[in-house]
Amino acid sequence: MPKVEINSVTCKACELCVSNCPKDVLALGSTSNPSGYHFAVVVNQDACIACKMCAVICPDGAIEIYK
Amino acid sequence: MEKIYSRTKGLQAPFTGGFCPGCFHGVISKSVAEVLEEMDLLDRAVCVIGVGCCCICSRYFDFDKMNAPHGRAPAVATGLKHGAPKDTVVFTYQGDGDLASIGIAEIMYAANRGENITIVFVNNSTYGMTGGQMAPTTLIGQKATTSPYGRNVAEHGYPMHMCEVLNQLGAPVFIERVSCDSPAGVLKAKKALQKGFQNQLDGKGFSFIELMSSCPTNWGMTPLESVAFMREHTLKEFEVKNFRDR
Amino acid sequence: MERKFMKGSEAIAEAAIRGGCRFFSGYPITPQNEIPEYFARRAPEVDGFSFRQGESEVASVNMVMGAAASGARAMTSSSSPGVALKSEGMSYIAGSALPMVLCSVMRGGPGIGSIQPSQQDYWQATKAMGNGGFKMLVFAPHTVQEAVDMTYTAFDYAERDHNPVCILADGCIASMMEPVSLPEFVSDEDIEKARDKRNYYITIGKGKHADGKHVEISSGAGRVKADVEFMKSYGDIGADYGVRGEVSNRSMAAMFKRWAEKDVAYEEYMMDDAEIVIAAYGTAARVSKAAIAVLRKEGIKAGLLRPILVNPFPTAAFKSLDPKKIKHILDVEMSIPGQMLEDVEHAVQGAIPISTCLRSCGVIISREEIVAAVRNLK
Repeated sequence: MPKVEINSVTCKACELCVSNCPKDVLALGSTSNPSGYHFAVVVNQDACIACKMCAVICPDGAIEIYK
Repeated sequence: MEKIYSRTKGLQAPFTGGFCPGCFHGVISKSVAEVLEEMDLLDRAVCVIGVGCCCICSRYFDFDKMNAPHGRAPAVATGLKHGAPKDTVVFTYQGDGDLASIGIAEIMYAANRGENITIVFVNNSTYGMTGGQMAPTTLIGQKATTSPYGRNVAEHGYPMHMCEVLNQLGAPVFIERVSCDSPAGVLKAKKALQKGFQNQLDGKGFSFIELMSSCPTNWGMTPLESVAFMREHTLKEFEVKNFRDR
Repeated sequence: MERKFMKGSEAIAEAAIRGGCRFFSGYPITPQNEIPEYFARRAPEVDGFSFRQGESEVASVNMVMGAAASGARAMTSSSSPGVALKSEGMSYIAGSALPMVLCSVMRGGPGIGSIQPSQQDYWQATKAMGNGGFKMLVFAPHTVQEAVDMTYTAFDYAERDHNPVCILADGCIASMMEPVSLPEFVSDEDIEKARDKRNYYITIGKGKHADGKHVEISSGAGRVKADVEFMKSYGDIGADYGVRGEVSNRSMAAMFKRWAEKDVAYEEYMMDDAEIVIAAYGTAARVSKAAIAVLRKEGIKAGLLRPILVNPFPTAAFKSLDPKKIKHILDVEMSIPGQMLEDVEHAVQGAIPISTCLRSCGVIISREEIVAAVRNLK
């Protein structure tokens, strides 16, 4: 079962991962990180197909994927 | 469980700060580092970094790097290539103000001499670091702090198409424009970067990769709005395609 | 030692090659064209040497910056307006603490001025080669032989200091032919052996540096990495750009002080019994020597105090001139207004009267003018 890990400290909540996920696994959260960004969170891990699209487009290298 | 995507060793440990949220400089610099890592070049690469938001890369890149004066990176890379070990990959990382305005002579002549270097050119249609002034690549009608009523042809001329301009020269071996607005685009961009570095290792000569980017902060948009603008306007002005592959 | 009859420009280029220069880039401008031309001719004969004609002075100095960063001994040359264009690159090179040699062949100015010999870039060379308040060792040859010897050793000074070095010649020195003794070739192995292995620029493109980090050459705080000895007293200064830049500048200031203590060089010519002292460098000093021969025949006790380096300036030598013995100082320069004059005035502090004998914008000063100027001193 795939797993998405988001670095909540370096995520800048640009939403590129959210919009590029084909399975709506990700969303922006409601809590903010030390820099004040509402970092992205995994909301539907079960739907993840480990396509890596979110990680590829992440400008901050904040996403890592396990399979 | 196996890790199938991890932060590249080509970037230093994560830190806060750096590029603005959603800036494609982040995607592009990460892709450059990933390609170097995949090609096992992290100990044999030197990046000559231009002036502007490019400079922020010097805080990310974990391979040899050097800062050049504004626009002069291709000249610095020309000299650096001379004394560096033969199997070193020397490339520049420049923005559009740096490369297509103040550094137009340096890029044209490095290309025309067919220097065996690689150019990574990030085009976001603005001077990001200095606060959003009109760039050589600003679209017609696009507003900037020094074209507050929109770029108009009568006063400012047309956007500079660097791939097309360089494609008039005899020496370059590889010229391609890619866009990083989608994951598929990023993967294509990585292929182009790999080709550009490989050409240098093969001693083939000058490779030029233009990567289309946005600047949400200075365009006054959210990251997602800037992507939509890119697709609707920027990528229509700057056609994504391979111009030359010899 | 090889003895040859050579033009100044070509002798400078040959001396550079013999001194280990392996990269040259320049751009055409009179009166220094024979320097790049000679390098271009010699390039295929010298192992590991590259010549590039830059698309501009700006590009050529930046190519030299890149070559210097790669560990190659590198050089550029130009003349007045061209040197002005190089000032951007020169400042970055100094900021990055990279060694290189600039040969500045002065012509008339300001602006396009004239293409004839002049000494109007003294201030440019000694005080303001670029933004940010850096300085260079500035050698001022008055013969072709001296130009050869200075260029030959310039690379050693550049590497010792992690700083650019300037050979300040003028159109006369560059264009005249004289017999010269050419020094032996320095081998790449010799250069490698002499180098401080801690120098970070030597390892660029060769994997991680000895400190386990990748090389970063940045003009903001270059000396923080280059001046290993100076940094010993500082310990860890952190990553803040402002702090690093300031410490780098402190290292630069310490270097300027060392220069003033150790690197001052000047010639005292017929100074033992001199009552009139001519202050001149380069071609003006050379003509002054001829004038002194005439004056001595007339019984006028004239001597010459000639800075061999114009930066650091021999302030102490001028300061120690005895007002009881020396009646007058005559500043002789091919520049109007006098530029070195200010340094002489600063050193003498009004203790001895100073007059000038100046020509400018390509007019070469004559022996007769200097003789007449000395006769007129009262």
